[in-house]
Amino acid sequence: MSDQKDLLRAPFELAYNYKRSSGPLMSKFFDALAEQKILGTKSSTGKVYAPAAEFDPETHESLSDLVEVGPGGVIESFSWIEEPKHHHLIKNPFAFALIKLDGADTALLHMVTECNEADLKIGSRVTANWSATMENRITDIKFFTLEK
Amino acid sequence: MKKVAIVGYAQHPILENAGALNEVELIMPVVHQLFDELGISQNNIDFTCSGSCDYLQGAAFAFVEGLSAIQTNPPIKESHVEMDAAWAMYESMLKIQMGDADTALIYGFGKSSPGRLDSIISLQMDPYYISPLWPDRVSLAAIQARVLLEKNIVTPEQMITAVIEARTNSKNNKNALVTELVDKEAYLASEKISSPLNEFDCPPISDGSSAMIIASEEKAYDFTDQPIFIEGIDHRIESSNIGSRDLSKPTGILASIEQLKLEKTNFDVAELHTQFSHEVPYLQSVLNLNDVPTNLSGGPLVGNVMMCAGLDAIGKTYESLKSNDLTNGLAHASSGPCLQHNMLVHLEKKS
Repeated sequence: MSDQKDLLRAPFELAYNYKRSSGPLMSKFFDALAEQKILGTKSSTGKVYAPAAEFDPETHESLSDLVEVGPGGVIESFSWIEEPKHHHLIKNPFAFALIKLDGADTALLHMVTECNEADLKIGSRVTANWSATMENRITDIKFFTLEK
Repeated sequence: MKKVAIVGYAQHPILENAGALNEVELIMPVVHQLFDELGISQNNIDFTCSGSCDYLQGAAFAFVEGLSAIQTNPPIKESHVEMDAAWAMYESMLKIQMGDADTALIYGFGKSSPGRLDSIISLQMDPYYISPLWPDRVSLAAIQARVLLEKNIVTPEQMITAVIEARTNSKNNKNALVTELVDKEAYLASEKISSPLNEFDCPPISDGSSAMIIASEEKAYDFTDQPIFIEGIDHRIESSNIGSRDLSKPTGILASIEQLKLEKTNFDVAELHTQFSHEVPYLQSVLNLNDVPTNLSGGPLVGNVMMCAGLDAIGKTYESLKSNDLTNGLAHASSGPCLQHNMLVHLEKKS
């Protein structure tokens, strides 16, 4: 048997081992998160897409007119997870929710927690809670909680 | 448009865990079953196209290995879609339309058992706004279910019925994975996975494969006396920004219905790629199928091989038309969260 030390070895990481560019528009969205601001984009029809969309799926125009939305909003729908699984970021009961932020016409997918399922309804008002460290990712919004 | 017909379809028994059987060993039996039934070989095939998901195997270009299941020498014309194999069929249709082929072999395969499907499917979504939140497929489906329930487009009773009927219909499908019947009490006692969906509302983790052969009208009769023609096929995708969609209005499907003039057709049978119970009554209503026998195979609720279940809906519709005195069938394939991307296929048996 050959000596283990003689074998050629290469690391193999089962992961996205590359970086993505967020592009000219989304990078502004992620930069704004660091200032605890959420941006949307306004279409020529007046419709505000939030999170900021690069194009309008209805008119197909590219969007660049950034407007601030939130941090409060209304739950449009949600699913409640009583027992989070290994891949979930929140380990307590929480909801995935579509949240229409104030000033926006479309919804942001995020998480809502620190409540019970019975506390949540379509139409409930929630507000953004921020992460302690900002990483220019959507998770800079830590989660949403019911407005007090 | 050239007329194209399905001339054969085969499905591997759907397994909970294929264990040591690898993807090649899942594909080989169905392809060879088809070849044997039709008395042909790979030499009779002009174009080969597969559908699978490299994320399931966890390696880039993993689908290439699938080709080991078929004869590739002398060299063949071949392609792949990182989608359900229903879209491999669509590509094959186009290839025939373009005059580049008269016959096509399509296969799809998926082993969901070795990995964690919920997290894997999360990785396939928008990498900026959605994937980093790790939303699992069940939770996203549950968000749409809640919208439909809230608007009374779907009722809890319809969801229970969809589950009970799927299990009952599994007896028609020798390859079904889930055959155990369920009653209303058991359903109601089941724990929610992601409310409002419980485990019965969700499809089983499944391993398997399927294959299909399609041919131009001229060639179809060389293979079989009873080809089933693809009268119409159309697919549409909605925004990847899930929050900008109206989850109670299937704009893509409605456009396909208009494109294919489906209102004018009385369907005898339908198979829908409905992975969650609420999707069954929802699409039955959208597609005007309330009086049409739907998912007689049990559908994805009794066996849901990733990257195959859409092709299976087409294949099961084909089988229904072929073995019964029926004329028109409708098949539906879907991809993406909350029925984001949908294909409708109108199949017809010529008398």
